Amino acid sequence: MAVSKTLHQAARDGGAAAGESARDVPKVELRALDTLWFQVAGTVCNLACSHCFISCSPTNRTHEHMRLADVLPYLEEARRLGVKEYYFTGGEPFLNPDMEAILEATLKQGPATVLTNGLLLDDGRCSRLAALAAGSDYSLDLRVSLDGYDAATNDPIRGEGTFERILQGIENLAAAGLNPVVTVTEVHAGNATAEGRRRFLDLLRAHGVAQPRLKMLPLFQLGAEAERSGAYESWQQLRRGDAPPEGWDHLQCTTCRMVTDQGVWVCPILVNEPGGKMGQRLADSLGDFPLDHPACWTCHVYGVSCKT
Amino acid sequence: MSNRIPEDHQAKTAKASRKAKLTAHRGLATWGEKLVPLGEFRRAVDGAGRRLSDAQRDAAIERFTAPVGDGVPVEGPYRRVAVCGGVYANAYALEALLDDARRRGAEAIYCLGDLGGFGPQPERVWPLLVNGGVRTIQGNYEASLASGRDDCNCGYADPRDNHYAAISYRYTAQHSSPAFKAWMGELPERRRIRVGERELLLVHGSPRRINEFLFASTSPVDFLELLVAQNRCHGILCTHTGLHWHRRLPSGADVINAGVIGRPANDGRTAVWYAMLGCGTDGTLEVEHVPLSYDHQALARDMRREGLPEPFVETVLTGWWTTCLEILPARERAAGRF
Ligand code: SF4
Ligand code: SF4
Repeated sequence: MAVSKTLHQAARDGGAAAGESARDVPKVELRALDTLWFQVAGTVCNLACSHCFISCSPTNRTHEHMRLADVLPYLEEARRLGVKEYYFTGGEPFLNPDMEAILEATLKQGPATVLTNGLLLDDGRCSRLAALAAGSDYSLDLRVSLDGYDAATNDPIRGEGTFERILQGIENLAAAGLNPVVTVTEVHAGNATAEGRRRFLDLLRAHGVAQPRLKMLPLFQLGAEAERSGAYESWQQLRRGDAPPEGWDHLQCTTCRMVTDQGVWVCPILVNEPGGKMGQRLADSLGDFPLDHPACWTCHVYGVSCKT
Repeated sequence: MSNRIPEDHQAKTAKASRKAKLTAHRGLATWGEKLVPLGEFRRAVDGAGRRLSDAQRDAAIERFTAPVGDGVPVEGPYRRVAVCGGVYANAYALEALLDDARRRGAEAIYCLGDLGGFGPQPERVWPLLVNGGVRTIQGNYEASLASGRDDCNCGYADPRDNHYAAISYRYTAQHSSPAFKAWMGELPERRRIRVGERELLLVHGSPRRINEFLFASTSPVDFLELLVAQNRCHGILCTHTGLHWHRRLPSGADVINAGVIGRPANDGRTAVWYAMLGCGTDGTLEVEHVPLSYDHQALARDMRREGLPEPFVETVLTGWWTTCLEILPARERAAGRF
């Protein structure tokens, strides 16, 4: 497989200096820390989807689970920084035995969203989550990933038999009174069209979701997705002159940070690039970040935001 | 039959490659697009980023959350003030508000912007605001119309929401005169008022962004405390979401979303809402959300005559939102019908 080198890789190979100076790398500042992400299950997942941009799998320990005790100091720091919302992702967050305790602690201080693949949402879990939601002043949102409106389109991406299991999870949530946001990637060309959206909405209604909610996401050509559809080309890099007149405010890294068991990262996307790490605590990560990764190009061109 | 063999073969290799994927990462880490030994990745990560001392961290947080002055003059002091959010070209509700607020003894009436959108004949609200002495700030609608922007900058992300928002905006832009738009451009972005002892900041979305949504269920206490502290005030009034709420913070400050008088609050009632502020006996702020009835049948008639979308009319007549639903957080969404 032909892999074009990212700057980070080039830097590692010692060949970056030329490229670095030839390209005027724009920097973004953190305007406010509104959205705090926790990669609470690390890169450990019970699936190994072929478009997963961080290549999660049952054996991927690039990032490990975070325990409640790991999360609490960040929550404390987040209060001082006035964080507005908390997102939990992985891997699969519900593989983490502390997940519900972490949610309980979080919901005392702000709204929480969990990004899940839907496989571990049995009745017991759903009713416990509903109780957590009811007990908080803030919203609890579940985002469930689905990549096709039938098994024939979903399963080749997410794994055999997953379509049925995901819909069962969604039904269980709906039965418990929790209305998930179903997240669909543009892995199939038709998914994000009006017709595609209608089919997803109809599917969800047929499975007991009275107020179906959808979020469409473009793909990052990283990790497994790079293997599936090809890596970035060398021209997919941002330059200072690319800044729109209103600046870089459309990029989520102006308002978010990501915490994993290894520290604080600029955003949810660059966690598999050591260059994306900004420090150990949130206070270490309040400075500028250079947009020197090709994934930044996707963010800019597609206006990506991982939050709902 | 002949193509069955390759298909089977394909399925088998797909299965094998999936199995390989499940175990591919033993002892390895993903670095960008490559697999490297886990130890190599961890070493690179350990050395990456900054590691400040505790004192430096405190200082960094303090700098990051430092107050920002705006030099906006303080109006008042008042004992009783009415504050309304988006008017959305609902002249019937605005007339009702002017009557109701005066009857309740308001010394001044403030409007937090979004004069047009949703409703019919936007220019009808202009003389009502001017003659009624309503002190208005810019909403994203006014900012967009005055600057000739081609969308309302409401901040929706869903295609259906955007579709309806675009219809409203196009209609409003076409039915607002250059003089009205110029007047919108002159409106201040924020105001400060004093009610009794309390100094309050009036903004459209939030003190940070004209189109930021402050919903009750997604505005943490610590976040609101920071907004209040950064803006050196005793309270904040905002609108933009269409849903009214009030939270008294542990510091004693108040954050009040005044709601809107342009359309109902997704609560199955045809009434709309505004906020009445007064001085409490103990120096605190008194906050009351006031439901306001108006001739919603007349509004619906006018909207139909102007050819505005039927889902908008339905909202006016039923009190349930049919559009702008995707911006709602889980809790607010669950409270509505759609
Ligand atoms: S896309 Fe989600 S469910 Fe699939 S492997 Fe990655 S983390 Fe797991
Ligand atoms: S990948 Fe996107 S969010 Fe992350 S630093 Fe680059 S532009 Fe910002």
